Amino acid sequence: MVEGRNADLQLSPEGKLKHLLTIEGLPAAVLLQILDTARSFVSVTQQEVKKVPLLRGKAIFNLFFEPSTRTRTTFEIAAKRLSADVVNLNIATSSQTKGETLLDTVANLTAMNADMFIVRHAQSGAAHLIARHVGPNIHVVNAGDGRHAHPTQALLDAFTIRHYKGSFHELRVAIVGDVLHSRVARSEIQALNVLGVKEVRVIGPRTLLPRHVQELGVSVFHDARAGLEGVDVVIMLRLQNERMGGPLLPSAGEYFKYYGLTPDKLALAKSDAIVMHPGPMNRGVEIDSAVADGGQSVILPQVTFGIAVRMAVMGILAGN
Amino acid sequence: MQIHIKNGRLIDPAAGTDVVNDLFVADRRIVAVGTAPHGFKPERVIDASHLIVCPGLVDLSARLREPGFEYKATLESEMQAAVAGGVTSLVCPPDTDPPLDEPGLVEMLKFRARSLNQARVLPLGALTQGLKGERLTEMAVLRDAGCIAFSQADAPMSDKQVLMRALEYATTFGFAVWLRPEDATLSRGGVAHDGEVATRLGLGGIPACAETIALSSILILARETGARVHLCRLSTAEGVAMMREAKRGELQVSCDVSIHHVHLSEQDIGYFDPNCNLVPPLRSVQDRDAIRAGLADGTIDAICSDHTPVDEDAKQLPFGEAEPGATGLELLLPLTLRWARESGIALPRALRAVTTAPLRVLGQSGGSLAAGAPADLTVFDPDARWNVEPAALNSQGKNTPLLGHEVQGKVRYTLVDGMVVFDATLEKSASHHHPF
Amino acid sequence: MTTLPDAERLLNDLAEQIRRDAQPGTALVGIYTGGVWVAERLHDMLALSSPIGTIDVSFWRDDYKKTGMRPGVKPSDIRFEVEGADIILVDDVLYTGRTIRAAMNEIFDYGRPTSIRLAALVDRGGRQLPICAQYIGAQIRVEARQTIVLHRDQSGVLRLALEAADG
Repeated sequence: MVEGRNADLQLSPEGKLKHLLTIEGLPAAVLLQILDTARSFVSVTQQEVKKVPLLRGKAIFNLFFEPSTRTRTTFEIAAKRLSADVVNLNIATSSQTKGETLLDTVANLTAMNADMFIVRHAQSGAAHLIARHVGPNIHVVNAGDGRHAHPTQALLDAFTIRHYKGSFHELRVAIVGDVLHSRVARSEIQALNVLGVKEVRVIGPRTLLPRHVQELGVSVFHDARAGLEGVDVVIMLRLQNERMGGPLLPSAGEYFKYYGLTPDKLALAKSDAIVMHPGPMNRGVEIDSAVADGGQSVILPQVTFGIAVRMAVMGILAGN
Repeated sequence: MQIHIKNGRLIDPAAGTDVVNDLFVADRRIVAVGTAPHGFKPERVIDASHLIVCPGLVDLSARLREPGFEYKATLESEMQAAVAGGVTSLVCPPDTDPPLDEPGLVEMLKFRARSLNQARVLPLGALTQGLKGERLTEMAVLRDAGCIAFSQADAPMSDKQVLMRALEYATTFGFAVWLRPEDATLSRGGVAHDGEVATRLGLGGIPACAETIALSSILILARETGARVHLCRLSTAEGVAMMREAKRGELQVSCDVSIHHVHLSEQDIGYFDPNCNLVPPLRSVQDRDAIRAGLADGTIDAICSDHTPVDEDAKQLPFGEAEPGATGLELLLPLTLRWARESGIALPRALRAVTTAPLRVLGQSGGSLAAGAPADLTVFDPDARWNVEPAALNSQGKNTPLLGHEVQGKVRYTLVDGMVVFDATLEKSASHHHPF
Repeated sequence: MTTLPDAERLLNDLAEQIRRDAQPGTALVGIYTGGVWVAERLHDMLALSSPIGTIDVSFWRDDYKKTGMRPGVKPSDIRFEVEGADIILVDDVLYTGRTIRAAMNEIFDYGRPTSIRLAALVDRGGRQLPICAQYIGAQIRVEARQTIVLHRDQSGVLRLALEAADG
């Protein structure tokens, strides 16, 4: 009954990337191609001349149904460094102001000769819906759909890990925080497993971990100290204010005490463990400033690598 | 009209027989099987060679979208879909706009349906005013207007005291109450079954206990009040087990499942197919298997289509925003046949789920091909394969998880009250008509 | 069957040609990978003071639409001030001229040089653009289905080889 429905939109029959919607279904070779290409672009970002003419004449539309300055800016910088033309569209998502349907918006923009859509939306599956309805030579990059996926974040995190640790194979990676609501966590878990890390751990209180989380291929820890022991990489997830004081968590204070990354908790990890965070950080909630600004933190390099990875993604898609 | 249905494979779910024979219809009834009655002069002869003749399908849930949702579908299109699907009687839920909580609305609906001369429409009346779950409707007056039972459709009923009073009031008149078990607080924020697929896709989950906790409350209240309760659209293995237990204790309850839950599971959502956004949600493969087991051992009484046409604009949205529901009147038969084939259940027994069993839920006997039975008949080709495409569907709702799939089983003729209300050969010749 | 000349001999030839013209501030820029090897050797032979620049032209190529993203792009590295410089671009084999076009575009992204001259170890003809080299080691004709490849062995000795062209 299911044939065809699970067919991957993302890859052409020859296995080339057409859209980047989710890490699911992408073979390691495709992920590594992106990481290797990003390496070249890192050098570009370090040169005096940061621009290459690869995407000159291409129009890249940032379709942000969910507002985000950081991510949108990163994509914009990446696109401009490839010499592409960038158009930013922030579309109000209030369901009361339902004017044009999502697909009508996409159809109109296609008529304006868009080559690529970078899409962020509050609903899981929005990027897939758009990718199913765009014209043949238009590429869609998912910049975050609801709780589902944030593939470029997972790729830049994988790039960062490879940069500091060399290879993936012997690594234990801990992801700490609100996995239930996190598209970053879902994409990261998938990427790390495909790339062959030794173990992915998720750490959090029961209310913040999906009931079936172990089906994603992770070890589950509710005790942060036990979970951090001996890990090579610690990825802290942002805890949103809306989660506090409701049925999920009583307070930021209790969360920080038991799950916040403080120097003493970090000391349980390997001495050369790196600390990562997709940003923006809530200092004093999920991470202590001493750690965020400390020697093991690679949070700022993540941002630079993020530009190179997004350049790689856009460059590969536009060339396929 | 006197009609001779010749040489068909007569499947009688009530009698459990499957025999090739002739059938004779006159004065709205089956007058004979085998030999024509004395003086029988057929005004019409239907050659049913290689076709199956069975009692008309009785669908316990089909939304006709009138009044109020005419942009999704109209009575005309959906009644046509019903008879094209071999459905001769259908029950429509009260969640129209406005809901069926006033006798005038019910009378209008019945009048409109009767004038179309197609399937029989059996409306469910709203259990509470506006379906708000607060104040009782005038159930007796609604029954007089034509309501066959009372229901909350998919509207939540959080105040258990009101529910208890509603059940008690219904027992006063011997009315049945149809309820879909779902605890609104546990399903809040959910759009898919709280399982492996929702976890991976980042979709809000509806845990199985949202159904079982509500089911438990309803079963206890049914016992307390002695009300005749029908549970609609079971979806969980645990729910089926609870029904099995309840029936063993001789509680006056019955239940149905949607044909989609007999075949599909959360796995069919794939990458966010909004056509698989259903209420209740498609659950795990284990839940689906338990539903099949429940049908096989009689715990689950009937299969319905839960026909819910949804317009394109409301479906082609990100999964969580898409309006739930699937079109089903024209798929009920082929999918029931598929279930019979896959489960190895003989057709007379399998077709009970869509003929005799729904009638029993409605408190009626029937679903037989014996002389004297009403001439509500479905004549279909069990081998005909067709592709589920928008153009192939009469319903305005093209929203189905089976879009693009091939199914087997096509209705050729449908008779209601002894009249041919659907003739597939006419449909074909209409499309091949060439102007001079 | 064409026999290829000795790459080391061509290198010496090339160095002599450049030595006659070289200014003190002349900068060499080698194109990956063969051009960089040649530039490194020329740099030693000519005893130039400023380090050579190295460029990868992958992101400036004109066949991106056909072949897509290439793997293994190396970092371009130009340490001297391009603005106002006299540059000698160095490549191993000059053929259609498209690589040189890409290299010049890339250099111009860094600034406006006073002059660019081209040194090629081998010129095999077959130009598709109006590009020519000022310093040439040898002019060699080979068939279109063949390609001339520069190899460098472990001790750094350069050697030319004839191979089948792929796609």
